[in-house]
Amino acid sequence: MEPDDIETGDAIRPGKPVVVDRYKKGARINHWITAACLILLALSGLALFHPSLFFLTGLFGGGQNTRALHPWIGVVLFFSFAGLFFRFWRANLPKRVDAEWLAHANDLLAGHEEKMPEVGKYNAGQKFIFWSMTTLIVILIGTGILIWDQYFYAWATIPQKRVAVLAHSLAAVVIICVWIVHVYAAIWVRGTINAMTRGSVTGGWAWRHHRLWLKELAERHKFKKPTAPAE
Amino acid sequence: MEPSPHTAQSNPPVSNVVSNLSERDLVRRSASTIPPPARQLEPVAKLIDVSKCIGCKACQSACIEWNDTSPAIETNVGVYENPHDLTPEMFTLMRFTEWDNPQTGNLEWLIRKDGCMHCEDPGCLKACPAPGAIVQYSNGIVDFVHENCIGCGYCVKGCPFDIPRISKVDHKAYKCTLCSDRVAVGQGPACAKACPTHAISFGTKEDMNKLADSRIKDLKSRGYDNAGLYDPQGVGGTHVMYVLHHNDQPEIYANLPRDPRISPVVNAWKGMAKYVGFAAMGLAAAAGILHSAFVGPNRVTREDEEKAENLVKDNA
Ligand code: HEM
Ligand code: SF4
Ligand code: SF4
Ligand code: SF4
Repeated sequence: MEPDDIETGDAIRPGKPVVVDRYKKGARINHWITAACLILLALSGLALFHPSLFFLTGLFGGGQNTRALHPWIGVVLFFSFAGLFFRFWRANLPKRVDAEWLAHANDLLAGHEEKMPEVGKYNAGQKFIFWSMTTLIVILIGTGILIWDQYFYAWATIPQKRVAVLAHSLAAVVIICVWIVHVYAAIWVRGTINAMTRGSVTGGWAWRHHRLWLKELAERHKFKKPTAPAE
Repeated sequence: MEPSPHTAQSNPPVSNVVSNLSERDLVRRSASTIPPPARQLEPVAKLIDVSKCIGCKACQSACIEWNDTSPAIETNVGVYENPHDLTPEMFTLMRFTEWDNPQTGNLEWLIRKDGCMHCEDPGCLKACPAPGAIVQYSNGIVDFVHENCIGCGYCVKGCPFDIPRISKVDHKAYKCTLCSDRVAVGQGPACAKACPTHAISFGTKEDMNKLADSRIKDLKSRGYDNAGLYDPQGVGGTHVMYVLHHNDQPEIYANLPRDPRISPVVNAWKGMAKYVGFAAMGLAAAAGILHSAFVGPNRVTREDEEKAENLVKDNA
């Protein structure tokens, strides 16, 4: 049986440098739709979160439009993220090595990645982001529907809606924080963004950050013919 | 103190009158900080004497007439309320309760005119995210400014009395204005003027307190020992007050809340959540900036690439 963290399309392209296919085109499109939705939701939601950010409603054509659009973008986000969920959940299942990795998280942040245990396609930090996003999006759509008065006014009592709107705003804050960590990690670890733009990373990147995954691919002879190398 | 109208009974002026309520009379404006008003208007109040109401709904008709709304014609479902609830087109509603008085064994027909209470500390205004969609004048009137309203329904969640209603037509919030447009030109509210039994009075809050006292004395002398004034302090007092014959049990009047106040959940949402939220998002961003400043980027080395190439060679 294949290990959980080898996804369809993952493959090594020998060459100099080695190139490793990490995300197929469908996964990348799916990811960027989700990302756009999340950013638009954060902007339109924050516009209502605090008066100092109300000017953000200007991006959506005024307050009425912001109020009307936000929940619909949320619906798109929900289904788009569901797509990512079903693509990635197996590779994000917790493994024994994750605990060890977390115990060494300080070394990673201090810039000593060589002290870290070898990990598969995702490390514990990435898995944390994946499961946080999953939980938070479920909370956000659930509470979001309870306060979507235009269509679901009768679904909850006023005291329930108060709790829902408080939970919604707190969950929004947490998901924005998780998003900041996610984006920072992608930028800090150079070469990562290529995975979501071109779909591939270099062999060195895979060796350095996801060695177990690279070894599994090599051992299982997941090879494809080389393409023009990624820069 | 600038005078406010003292009665609902006077006839309209025949000459042109300039509005007495303007931006400079605002004490609160939703989602905004504003300078204190230049002058203080006399606080006004509407006093609803439940013991005098005969349930004729003249006030409802007058409200519809004055505000030019057209509530839908509904079907009779066997209760006296009509329409079934407050709506974006019906700012006030007579609520009927048949109450078995356990002390006297009498069936009492309690009729309460429901509508905005014009809270001194308005939860609707506190919750509103749109600058200037809800305002409070120094005479105590809480008014919705429809051109600024975005239709989010936060005011519904903020209000302790379940008053605002969002229109399905123009997606804006509606409620009783305390006839601010009439009060501004020296007139009392349309509903008070229409009331045939003077169950609804209007004037300065001071006068209404006095009137309430005399009414309560009268009710007590006639055996209503618990008669009293409903001017709930949990919301800082209200500019619409009730004389209740059973002030010890406000909930028997179609669930009038005993101790209304802005829900602690709403306070947490509009207070703590904002500080915690900005602090958390700020910390996350700051952590990223500091980390990148102190620990350089995590780059793949030449050695990593070679190791990968060797691994591939060994397995190919
Ligand atoms: C997943 C589906 C979602 C639904 C159905 C939804 C729905 C809603 C609704 C109905 C509101 C009230 C304002 C309005 O009517 O537009 C709201 C407010 C808000 N939403 Fe969402 N939303 C969702 C996702 C998100 C996400 C992912 C974020 C953050 C990135 C977010 C952030 C916010 C914020 C900050 C507010 C303002 C809360 C406040 O005023 O304190 N929402 N949302
Ligand atoms: S519906 Fe209108 S008045 Fe009510 S809170 Fe939203 S913007 Fe303010
Ligand atoms: S009763 Fe409700 S709508 Fe009226 S002022 Fe108080 S909080 Fe606002
Ligand atoms: S004060 Fe004016 S708006 Fe309010 S219930 Fe009376 S008539 Fe209607």
